[in-house]
Parts: sequence; C-alpha cells; structure tokens
Amino acid sequence: MAVPSFLARERIIARPGFNRWLIPPAALAVHLCIGQAYATSVYKTALVEHFDASLTSIGIIFSIAIVMLGLSAAVFGTWVDRNGPRAAMATSAAFWVTGFLVGSLGIATEQLWLLYLGYGVIGGIGLGIGYISPVSTLIKWFPDRPGLATGMAIMGFGGGALIASPLSRQLMNFYDADYDGTAGTVPSGESVALLFLTLAVLYALFMSFGALIVRVPADGWKPVGFDPSTVKQKALVTTDNVSANNAIRTPQFWLLWIVLFCNVTAGIGILEQAAPMIQDFFRDGETSAVTAATAAGFVGLLSLFNMGGRFVWSTTSDYIGRKPIYMVYLGVGIALYVVLATLGSSATWIFVITAAIIISFYGGGFSTVPAYLRDLFGTFQVGAIHGRLLTAWSAAGIAGPLIINGVLDLAEGEPGELVAGDYRPALFIMVGLLVIGFIANLLVKPVAAKWHEPTSPPSPSTQEASAVR
Amino acid sequence: MSSSASTPASSGSQQPTHTPTGLIAFAWTLVGVPLAYGLYQTVKTASSLFGG
Repeated sequence: MAVPSFLARERIIARPGFNRWLIPPAALAVHLCIGQAYATSVYKTALVEHFDASLTSIGIIFSIAIVMLGLSAAVFGTWVDRNGPRAAMATSAAFWVTGFLVGSLGIATEQLWLLYLGYGVIGGIGLGIGYISPVSTLIKWFPDRPGLATGMAIMGFGGGALIASPLSRQLMNFYDADYDGTAGTVPSGESVALLFLTLAVLYALFMSFGALIVRVPADGWKPVGFDPSTVKQKALVTTDNVSANNAIRTPQFWLLWIVLFCNVTAGIGILEQAAPMIQDFFRDGETSAVTAATAAGFVGLLSLFNMGGRFVWSTTSDYIGRKPIYMVYLGVGIALYVVLATLGSSATWIFVITAAIIISFYGGGFSTVPAYLRDLFGTFQVGAIHGRLLTAWSAAGIAGPLIINGVLDLAEGEPGELVAGDYRPALFIMVGLLVIGFIANLLVKPVAAKWHEPTSPPSPSTQEASAVR
Repeated sequence: MSSSASTPASSGSQQPTHTPTGLIAFAWTLVGVPLAYGLYQTVKTASSLFGG
C-alpha cells in the first residue's frame, strides 16, 4: 500500500547534524493524544444515562478499542516499519480523529452502534497504529538508551489520561453548565458529543505536529561516541536482526507474550476496580473508612505511578538489563500481591503503597518491552514485532476484567458493597499469573542464529522483500 | 544533546543541517505544558488521599 510522497519514509531521512532530541516530543505528541483511551470513565455515567444502557453496554466500547489496538498493531506493524513514522502517525491521526467524529455523531443521534464503530473500531485502529508508530524510530535514534527512549514515548500514553480526564471534565462543564464535576451531577449526552468534537480538533492538530517534525536516521547513523560492539557484550543483546515473520516462530516471542499478558492482566486486576476496591478493603458494615473523594485521590495516585513507572523502570532497564527488570516486575509483584491480599486491609498506607508499586510495574512492563524486543530481535522490524506482541495486551484486556468481575460476582455483591475477603481469590489468581510470567521470563534465552537476517543490515527499501521471507 | 550528531561516514553526500534550539524548545513546550497541566490536576486530586 503506497503512501503520498510527503508522508514517505524517504522524505523524512534526517540530514547530518539533525538533533535527535526533536524525536521524543514528536512521539509524545501522538502518545499524549491516544492515551485518552484510559480516560473514558469520565463520561461513562453520562453515556449510560444518555443511551439508557447498562454499564456493560457502555464499558464494551473501551474493550472494543483495546482489542482493535492489539489487532491493528499486529496487522499494520510491518506496514508501519516499511513506510516510516510520519505515514504511521498521520494514518493514526486520521483514524483516531475519525473515531471521535463518528462517535460524536452516534451520541448526538442516539445510535450506540455508531459509538461502537467510531470510537471502538475506527478509533481503536488509530490507537494501535499510533501506539507503535514512534517506537522503532526512537529505538534507532537512541541505540545507546533504548529503554529511556521508549519509556519517554510510552509514558506519554499514561500521561494522555492524566490530561484528558480533567480536560474532559472542564469541557463538559463548559458545554453543560449544570454539570460541575462533583459527585451526583452527570453531564448531558449533548455535552459529551461536543466534547468528542473538541477533542477531535485538538488531537488532529497535535498529532499532525508530531507527524510533521518526526525524522528517521540515515542508514548506519549512530550517536557520536557510541560503539555498537559494546552493546553485544551484554547478555541477551544481539546486533543481528530477525524479521517479524520469523520472530513469531521463535519461543522467545511467545515467552515474552506470556510475560506481557501476565503482567498486564495482574495490573488490570487493580486498575479495573481501584476506587470501589479501596473502599471495600476498609469497610465496616455499611460504611467505609475511605470516602469517595479519598478513593478518587487513590485513582489519581495510581495514574501517577502508572505514568512514572513507564519512564523510571524502562530507563532503569538500560542499566540493569531487560530480563532482570522483568524479574523485579514479576517477582516483587508476586510478593506485593500476597501482601495486598493478606495485609492490605490492616492499614490504608500498606494498601496504597503496595497498589501504587504494583501499578508502576504494570506501566514499566509496557514501556520496557520494546527495548526487550530490540535486544532479542534487533532493530530491523522491531515495530512490527512489537505490534504483534501487543495482542497480549488485547487478551489481557479481556482476561483481567473477566477474572476480577468473575470472582466478585461469586461474592454476590457489587463493588462498593463488598469486603476485603471477597477480593482475595482474585488477588491470588493474579499471584498465580505472575508466577507463570516469572517462569516464562526466566526461560528467555538469546534467539538462535538460524532466525537471523543476512549480516549486512537491510535498508528500508529492502524491508518489504525481507518481510515476506 | 551533543551526542545527536551523525557520523560523517553514514551521511553520504547530504548537506549538513542544524536543528534550531528554538524549535526543540517549542516542541518540548508544546508537549510539556499539557503534561504539566495533567500532572497538576492529578496531584491535586491525589492529595485528597493524604488530606483525609
């Protein structure tokens, strides 16, 4: 599939002397926009009332978007690698913005299926392409610090929700004066439709800016003072390359798939029910020691740790290595989940600190995985490989809520009316998942030489031919 | 930022370029301001966790 010439990879090859520090803000411009996907709870109640639908019917919009994210990242990953980040960012912007416009039409005309199609399907495709669009470019610009580079971009995905949540509240208040953002007031459907239109315009401008300034390094480019041979000295790190089609035939790919799936599922277990969960853990009869405002503060704190973990842990992985950092995410995560299940209800500070660190590991798992893939499979088609790996996120997006909701259903109560003990089985299931992930990570070994591409580094123009090998 | 320059051998016959510092500052500001807004709002919300 050809792209217009102004979007083509050949048009954005950086000339000598280009400053690579222009690339992270280009990546952030995209990720800060698509990170809005984590802020859908802001207007969830409004949509339930507007469509007179169940919470599940509205919640499924987010699930569709996450499933489409994984599928589109997997399907279009090779296309993204071949055509470069500008084409990918522009395409992502087109889908993401169209998703909001169609979704807005669906809300305005009270047709829920249009919201599924718009935000869920079309927007979800924009999410997937946008998520992977800057990753391989950043890895190529920062061969000396890939964890830092991908951490910066994927931190933006966490940051996007931090921006979209308060911004959406303020915009809905602007469009509906009766809604003031406090508990008990619900924005009108019309204000949500207008919010979608406004976000579409803002995101179109922002993402276009990212597409405009992004560049790819010329073949053979390396930062001054960087010696690629030093990279090879680290365990598991290769200077060889593996194509996306070959990567999925290796056990390493599927071991990492399991690692990501387990880490994400465990994190979603807390994120999914964060506000009611903290209230339930400190419930005494009908009332909870934790107020609704404090629970909202807890959700905010988790967002900060989710975003911070993406940057801090991924950057740390540049120093201690990818495999060891996942041993921390999963191994310490096991201990923290056990503490949460057994001691979590004994003191608020224990619950809050434990959950916050778990969520920082959840974020770190996302942002470190592209660098882990680079270490194992090289830079050749790391974007496409990353895209295929993100199907683990889609699967976790289904499994995580199913586990936690399934367990809570057995307790025959609604979140917000339960007690700590009702959550315990779900938390121990997460411990089991983390153990599986820990073992999978332990089994990761260097990729066998038979999967490597020929030793001369392939140029982008030969990627298409190699990709179908 | 000094480590961003290309190695001459890899750059072929292309003319060198210079990325204006102002452009880099503008790009970082453009993404930094909304992020700072989001961080501020979230810290404000999260502070209720410690304020009782």
